[in-house]
Amino acid sequence: MESTKNYSFTDMGVMLGRSMRHILRSIDTIITVTIMPIAFMLLFVYVFGGAIETGTDKYVNYMLPGILLIAIATGISYTAYRLFIDMQRGILERFLSMPIARTTLLWGHVLTSLVSNAISVVVIILVAFIMGFRSPAGVLSWLAVAGILALFTLSLTWIAVIAGLAAKSVDGAGAFSYPIILLPFISSAFVPTESMPGLVRAFAENQPVTPIVGTIRALLSNQPVGNEIWIALSWCIGIMLVAYIFAMRAFNNRV
Amino acid sequence: MSQNESAISVQGLKKSYKNIPVLTGVDFQVKTGSIFALLGSNGSGKTTIVKILTTLVKQDSGNVTVNGFEVSLKPANVRQSISLTGQFAAVDEILTGRENIIMIARLRHLSNPYLIADDLLKRLGLTDAADRRVSTYSGGMRRRLDIAMSLVGKPQIIFLDEPTTGLDPEGRIEVWKIVKELTGSGTTVFLTTQYLDEAEQLADRIAILNEGRIIVNGSFAELKKLFPPSKVEYIEKQPTLEEIFLAVVGKKEEK
Repeated sequence: MESTKNYSFTDMGVMLGRSMRHILRSIDTIITVTIMPIAFMLLFVYVFGGAIETGTDKYVNYMLPGILLIAIATGISYTAYRLFIDMQRGILERFLSMPIARTTLLWGHVLTSLVSNAISVVVIILVAFIMGFRSPAGVLSWLAVAGILALFTLSLTWIAVIAGLAAKSVDGAGAFSYPIILLPFISSAFVPTESMPGLVRAFAENQPVTPIVGTIRALLSNQPVGNEIWIALSWCIGIMLVAYIFAMRAFNNRV
Repeated sequence: MSQNESAISVQGLKKSYKNIPVLTGVDFQVKTGSIFALLGSNGSGKTTIVKILTTLVKQDSGNVTVNGFEVSLKPANVRQSISLTGQFAAVDEILTGRENIIMIARLRHLSNPYLIADDLLKRLGLTDAADRRVSTYSGGMRRRLDIAMSLVGKPQIIFLDEPTTGLDPEGRIEVWKIVKELTGSGTTVFLTTQYLDEAEQLADRIAILNEGRIIVNGSFAELKKLFPPSKVEYIEKQPTLEEIFLAVVGKKEEK
């Protein structure tokens, strides 16, 4: 009798292939995910941007990191949606009654989230480039940016897994992402926190988006990242671990 | 009956959901290579029994073995031996019929998924629709694909939970034909149904589940003996609506 462990990676590959097909066959999901962040980018750069003092020469350079986080926060709601549909349609039961490692069922969705969000991020960066975004950053800095965005995606995706497993309806599966999408607005993503009133500023400076945005911005403009990168990484890894534990617990309760 | 002869053996099976007893001591055996029908009304606990036998739900107490393996102790071995066609067609709507079968073949780690898909699509009359997305399939085609996916890798025991619920009469007859063909190859079939004629048509043994217990278990001939001998009456035999329907529509489907 063959052990199911030996096949974890093959199985995960099959599951990844399956949900990647879902994404490629519903390109509209990529459009839905990118259109709002792009609209925000246009709005902020060409409408509000002129009135915002950031101390940088190009506002699009300043706000791009925040837009990328909004795109990822929008994108992960599809993970919750796809997971919910799997459970509702009964295909999850089929997989669970087969000799495959159970965690591959979740990891397939999580890896898919990484790939599809990466596609959205690239699309948005290209649009930003057309709008005048330029970066002097070298390959290493770009890799660091990619790494931080990947970690951010992973941590939010595991939250999405919890939401998908706990949801009672399709609408409920995606609703959790709205507060996360709003977080960048109460951070240094679009305006420097110095301009905010006391309580709001305290929140903005101590929530995860500000150090993440700050780190990405520093990396893209070839500035020293300082301590901020460690705070950003701690937030990402911390959220990811907690969300992972709760997601696994929810999964084991559910199946 | 010895262990080897019975594909499934259930003794003293009990299960409650939140203090509401669903199964209150279920006993039955299913002989290897036979078709066993579990008959019961909605909510009688048929699906709960299927879920316990297919390792999706754990029993509270009782001895349950499938293919010689105790389900709660050796779930991985049980999953190697079975396949489940749940109550709702567990197919991936966004993939094509062929891709669905290939996916399952890959997850079962079989060496030539493409060949297996060709063969099963042909066997279940889905060759023409093989490369169409499942979302375009009719209810009967979905069910056939669902069953095809359960046949991948020739599992020894196949569970069909209400395989014809929601199908039109032609769809039901197609499914019956497929199920009958299965046992020729030595496969054990466990099916649940709420249709008496379905059990009569297909099953070697029929068990009736009522209020959490098996109240009757035997072949159709044995079951008939439980009733008082029939009186002979002469009545004009009217065609049933189903017979009329099939006679009218039957020709059209031949094409």
